[in-house]
Amino acid sequence: MSTTAWWPYFGPEPWDFRELFQAFFDAPNYHVAFEVILIMLIIWLLLSKSYVIENVQGLTKEEEDNLVLEWKPEPLVPDTPQDHPALQYRTVTKQSGCLVTVDGKEGVNLATFNFLGMVGRDEPVKTAITALSKYGVGSCGPRGFFGTMDVHLNLEKELASFLGVQAAVLYSYGFSTIASAIPSYSKRGDVIFCDKGVNFSIQMGLLASRSALRFYKHNDMEDLERLLQEQAEEDKKNPKKAKVTRRFIVTEALFINYGDIAPLPKLVEFKFKYKVRIFLEESLSLGVLGDSGKGLTEHYNIPVSNVDLICASLENSFGTTGGFCAGTQYVVDHQVLSGSGYCFSASLPPLLASSSLTALEIMKNEPGMFKTLRRNTKLMHEQLNNIPGLKRVGEDVSPVQHLYLTKSVGSHDDDLRLLQSIVDKALDHGAVLTVARYLNDEEYNPPEPSIRVAINCTLTEEMMTTCVDAIKTAVQEVLAQ
Amino acid sequence: MALHRRTGSLASNNIRLTENQVHQNKYDRINESTAKRPEEAYKREFYESFEPVSLINAVATYLCYFILTLFGYIRDFMRRNNFEQVHGANESPELLDFVPLYQDFDSFYTRNVYRRIRDNFNVPLCSGAGSVIRIMERYSTDDNWTFTYTGKSIEAINFGSYNYLGFSETEGYCHDQVKESLEEYGVGICSVRQELGNYDLHSKLEKLTAEFLGVESAITFGMGFATNSLNIPALVGQNCLVLSDQMNHASLVLGIRLSGATVRVFQHNNMKDLEKKLRQAVIKGQPKHFRPWKKILIVVEGIYSMEGSIVRLPELIALKKKYKAYVYLDEAHSIGAIGPHGRGVVDYFGLDPKDVDIMMGTFTKSFGASGGYIGGTKKLIDHLRTCSHSTTYATSMPPPVVQQIISSMSCIMGKNGHSELNRITKLAENTRYFRRRMNELGFVIYGNKDSPVIPILVYMPGKLAVIARECRARGLAVVVVGFPATPLIEARCRICLSSSHTKEQLDEALSILSDIGDQISLKYSRLPLEERISPYLTPDTEEQTTNGVKTHLNGNHHVGNGHVKNGNHNTVINGTKQQLTNGKIKHH
Repeated sequence: MSTTAWWPYFGPEPWDFRELFQAFFDAPNYHVAFEVILIMLIIWLLLSKSYVIENVQGLTKEEEDNLVLEWKPEPLVPDTPQDHPALQYRTVTKQSGCLVTVDGKEGVNLATFNFLGMVGRDEPVKTAITALSKYGVGSCGPRGFFGTMDVHLNLEKELASFLGVQAAVLYSYGFSTIASAIPSYSKRGDVIFCDKGVNFSIQMGLLASRSALRFYKHNDMEDLERLLQEQAEEDKKNPKKAKVTRRFIVTEALFINYGDIAPLPKLVEFKFKYKVRIFLEESLSLGVLGDSGKGLTEHYNIPVSNVDLICASLENSFGTTGGFCAGTQYVVDHQVLSGSGYCFSASLPPLLASSSLTALEIMKNEPGMFKTLRRNTKLMHEQLNNIPGLKRVGEDVSPVQHLYLTKSVGSHDDDLRLLQSIVDKALDHGAVLTVARYLNDEEYNPPEPSIRVAINCTLTEEMMTTCVDAIKTAVQEVLAQ
Repeated sequence: MALHRRTGSLASNNIRLTENQVHQNKYDRINESTAKRPEEAYKREFYESFEPVSLINAVATYLCYFILTLFGYIRDFMRRNNFEQVHGANESPELLDFVPLYQDFDSFYTRNVYRRIRDNFNVPLCSGAGSVIRIMERYSTDDNWTFTYTGKSIEAINFGSYNYLGFSETEGYCHDQVKESLEEYGVGICSVRQELGNYDLHSKLEKLTAEFLGVESAITFGMGFATNSLNIPALVGQNCLVLSDQMNHASLVLGIRLSGATVRVFQHNNMKDLEKKLRQAVIKGQPKHFRPWKKILIVVEGIYSMEGSIVRLPELIALKKKYKAYVYLDEAHSIGAIGPHGRGVVDYFGLDPKDVDIMMGTFTKSFGASGGYIGGTKKLIDHLRTCSHSTTYATSMPPPVVQQIISSMSCIMGKNGHSELNRITKLAENTRYFRRRMNELGFVIYGNKDSPVIPILVYMPGKLAVIARECRARGLAVVVVGFPATPLIEARCRICLSSSHTKEQLDEALSILSDIGDQISLKYSRLPLEERISPYLTPDTEEQTTNGVKTHLNGNHHVGNGHVKNGNHNTVINGTKQQLTNGKIKHH
């Protein structure tokens, strides 16, 4: 085919090829050689790898060895002062509903999250023993590889039907539940709007997700709306990116660090207005809020389907171990394959799963316990309000309360020490309390030092009065020193 | 899924490794400085085998995935245009205008590849995970989208659970002890270690664990996965370097990611590559501003659960000492499972546990419980107690689980008059026998000759489904794993041996596997029979004269530094100590 036949497809003919070849043959040899060298140079430049100047200026082996000898790494861990409070564990020998034995002294339990008194009841223990004879203790495998027992499936089904959602998925550790759930949906490039006061496991989830984080002031809906609007404007500028950017609101239902609850109705409103999904962490509120203990959605009487994912641990009200995520089948199915704490971890020991089932049965059969818990909470609030020297913080429905010093003695550490001595004194008078422990260096928003009171439904009025009196005396004694 | 890249390529890992090195050597003027004879570090023979896939199988496997993908697209097209009913869960109608919750490609693989063989995963049991299990029978009428349970169950020999020492049992000493402790302490705790979650049982467990490991102090946690992911951040942070094995478990990867340290990945169990990266790190310091690293942490596992390989600990410790790095050893699969006293890889190689800075492990596997531990110096453990996320925020281990560990650990240690060392020897015997027989039959199996984790290479996804289904139907429970947990073309079936397996059970399993292997031609091995099984024969029958003979006899062997070159199949290292005492050398 001649050039004239196909060339027009590429535009007007710029030159004649015959002329080109002629010019090539006419050119002097040195010219051709020069051009060939230039072309080879270009090819070499294109193919050669870029180099770092340091690599070329190589060190000799001796120099390198000296460098190796010279290098002094930091010690693996810094020294820990032997009087560090975290090294002094208090040893518990018995826990039963309202009473705990700490360091040999028995007292009324105002410290563990045993809200419904499940630890101390016989039924969960009995099922655990039956399960022990059937399954042994460990499941010896992750869920995917023969670690799924019928009790796990039953528990998932029961939890889902209890909450009124389509499906639930069981984790073997409460802490890892939300910490795995968040990164399984939210990836790099996605945006998470998160309350500033969320608990540590949520913070870990946020960190693992590597998404863009936008923190709003604790329970401040105006601040959240401001952030959402900012995001909406940004999205308008770049609609292509906005199309693939997932947006989430992550919040705790009942805040462990503040004892207050998230304004869910407003969040749901924002959800549909700004197209953001809601992840709700109900570890403390499940089995506590609502008339039948279904958590924050029941408390506000909001359909549970408005929340995309509910995560909760079974380590508080249920009094066992583990956690679960619940939501629509579409949402939960994804976690079965991508929740790293689910896929790669051994499954929950079956005997613990069966006691959780029993605990759930008890919660269904005795809805009175939620009322008792609320009554106890209310009573306790009134009494804790009048402790001179301490300030109570926490909402009325919350069985988790924080007692702060009304007047700080100076540094954070001194406050903590003071509170610890109040706790120790209170134990002598028959009330078991605990200082809320945090890793201040790691927390996003380190809370003030406080004594965290957890109220449970097995407490009698008399017990609560003695407890409050014990705290009062302890505070007086300590502050007098 | 994992931070570390495990994408498949036509060549096996080993072949890729040599190619990379050529590239790096050319441009990195870091002088090689490996000890001349690293094999001298080994007191016992170290044999690992990774037979590469043959070209024809590799091509066939890629073809399989190609066809799967093609059909996937066709089916997706049909689903979109309502030719086919959609069985999977759908997004709620009110959320359809939200940004989709997950990417289409992820779900494409799940929908069109994983779903076809979904019946082989998450297989539910209605019994404990002992050596014989009962599998709940289920069937699907909609191509594995949903399952219906028949209410019946099938009995099967269990080769899937990590029940190495057979402590997942429903009667006996441990069972009775746990029962007692349940009655005394109840099920739950509802508090964290630093608050009111520290029972006397926990302190007892930590003392026992420290004694078992031979370290100063130990700390325990409620979940094995969390032990890694929540404690690595307490050890390294910014301006620290983590050198992580390519095949490290997801929990380690997550922990490293959470710590904020810089991570560099070295080739699986390749000490040369590790040394190069270590040396480079020490000499060059951090990228950008070239300040020295604050500390360097090498993160490895004892037994790699997907590869069946054992970490080259003696060489690793020599490197660690030379370059002043720290070693984080995850013994999730090795603790209890290997070593003459069941104390993991350190025991296996006869090393001093104090040389390993951080001894981590889980109680899920050999101890038949759940949770994890970290052992080390008192200084380390004290630091972890104050800084660890787990002790501050995560509920402590439930009492029955703690008791199970205490009881099973005492059994292994021969305390309480319940010497159960025979469990350890039984497991070692089972391992040796099963691995030898599998090699004899011609399967390609990966890993160390002493590792109770035995991956059988299946390569093709279709065969993966067949082997799992056939085994189940014939009363054998095995785990099958494919992409993305393995490289694309290295789909495998995994056998986990247990001391509770009897010889009859092993033989039955072998005959079933052999049968299926013949049916779907799984016996891929192209090595001569003698070569395959010689490492498993007892020393007396195979002693030869000198070291030189070995390399002459078989050109495929590359003896020495354990670096596997293109075309080599095995890595052999002979312990010098053995050579000296015997005055003879083994022939492989």
